Amino acid sequence: MASAIQARALRRTFGDFEAVAGIDLDVPAGQIYGFLGPNGAGKSTTVKMLCTLLGITSGTATVAGLDVATQPDEIRLCIGVALQDFSIDGKQTGREMLQLQGRLYGLTRHDIAQRMDDVIGLVDIGEAIDNRVESYSGGMKRRLDLAMSLIHRPQVLFLDEPTTGLDPVSRSSVWAEVRRLNCEYGTTIFLTTQYLEEADELADRVGIIANGLIRAEGAPDALKREIGADLIQAEVEGDVAAAADAVRAVDGIDEVQIHHNELAVVTADGAGLIAQVAVALNGCGVPVRSLTLRTPTLDDVYLHVTGSHFAESDEPNEPDPEASS
Amino acid sequence: MTTTTTTTMAPASAPLARRSSRLHDFLTIAGRAIRGTFREPEFFIPALITPVFFYVVNVGALQDFAQGSGAVEDFKAFQLPVAIIFAVTGISRASALVTDIQSGYFDRLLLTPIRRPMLLFGLMAADVVSIIALTIPVILLGLAFGVTFVTGLLGMIVFIMYGALWGLAFAGFPYAIALKTGNPAAVNSSFVLFFPFAFLTTTFLPEEALTGWLQTIAKYNPVTYVLEGLRSLITVGWDWSSLAAGAAASIGLMVVSFGLASLTMKGRIDRN
Repeated sequence: MASAIQARALRRTFGDFEAVAGIDLDVPAGQIYGFLGPNGAGKSTTVKMLCTLLGITSGTATVAGLDVATQPDEIRLCIGVALQDFSIDGKQTGREMLQLQGRLYGLTRHDIAQRMDDVIGLVDIGEAIDNRVESYSGGMKRRLDLAMSLIHRPQVLFLDEPTTGLDPVSRSSVWAEVRRLNCEYGTTIFLTTQYLEEADELADRVGIIANGLIRAEGAPDALKREIGADLIQAEVEGDVAAAADAVRAVDGIDEVQIHHNELAVVTADGAGLIAQVAVALNGCGVPVRSLTLRTPTLDDVYLHVTGSHFAESDEPNEPDPEASS
Repeated sequence: MTTTTTTTMAPASAPLARRSSRLHDFLTIAGRAIRGTFREPEFFIPALITPVFFYVVNVGALQDFAQGSGAVEDFKAFQLPVAIIFAVTGISRASALVTDIQSGYFDRLLLTPIRRPMLLFGLMAADVVSIIALTIPVILLGLAFGVTFVTGLLGMIVFIMYGALWGLAFAGFPYAIALKTGNPAAVNSSFVLFFPFAFLTTTFLPEEALTGWLQTIAKYNPVTYVLEGLRSLITVGWDWSSLAAGAAASIGLMVVSFGLASLTMKGRIDRN
């Protein structure tokens, strides 16, 4: 299948800071690709390079088969973008913003009228669509921003943290729209997110980025399977290394990872071995605070490839290009 | 005879975006800018108070002196172009441009296929509309004070256009500052440029009545020629040389100011 997005050794620096450190991407047409990483990992910088807003320091990238460096005008006709900070003119009404967006993309009056009917449902703010945007709540602005990015029915849609700040109901409606776009129109969606469940829920494939590098990539289930079938998690007090050694001695344990005062025990048969793990921990004399059995999550994948939990990995925000210029 | 009609259906996923004409791009940006202008009454009111205040105070304080000394025949008519310069100098959508830069909307515009120069030209269209909207009440004030145009209604229209040309020429500076800094305070500070342009010229007395360094500076100040052109429409008639000199002064400044604005726009886009 043709790649809707492809990157080779894509790199971007701001002064001495390397925001994106040479990444490869292959997103087939029609796929939802989840780009998962904590704040400052390089997600937004990558999106800005791919959607022609930010120059590339080195490497190459194509979007919809067009070269980002040499064909930016052509790429802009094919893509829709909803950036992390929703960008809307507060002095205009929601309807005016949508119509204006249609005109910016050269849509005919007929196309605009038709597309307005399609996307107004997503905004879902009733008569407030005719009020000025400055009176909208954060959630309403976010939904309007997303609708604006869809007005011209783009081939490739970049959504940079589209549900940040949304309430659960709005988040569900955005997820439903993302799925619908993908299913009905075959739109390729490049979705950056810092919500694990969002990537898990929506993405056909996930790339985990940390410190400007992709650390793992694959279908969410496949990535989780790489960790193991089951995960026994033990929170202990005292000598965590001794506790780990004791657990490693249990037959059927594939791997034991230590993270602070926590053991992540990977096994193919969690239900069958959890009792033996409890006995082993008890036998080594290390007090156990909690012991849980569950299937691996993307957080476990993240822990596995980066050595820290996702929520602990928030880094300073990616630098603003204006600040460095 | 059998007729076969072939209908080519666009696939459901066919993108609708297409590159528009320059005119379409311009009208799209201009339409938004003009709508935004009229939704900001706070933009117009202070801009109108300044010229009205100066016109009333200058005429009230200096009319007898200026006319009594023989330097000026009709001081009310002499001051009306000054009020126009005060009304239109510095009027621009640069603050709105800064808001767009800060809110990220400018980036959203850059993500569309719109032609980059139209982002400036569209704002200029809104500036022309603002300037005309500010010029008309000032002219009405002058008429209420008894000023008459020897060139008639057509002269008044040219007077407004002439003021608009000057206002537009100066607007390039705040745009350049807005694009360079993205900072509202910096844009507001562009107002300091107004003072040398507006006061180191024939604001209060004609050029021949100025002396020393002020006369020298006034000779190089483009506003001197714009004022002369505007005044000619009120008191002299169709003085083509004065009108041409004033228009050339405005156009010359416009080349400089919008040259700067274009460079800073390019710089802002390229530095990404």
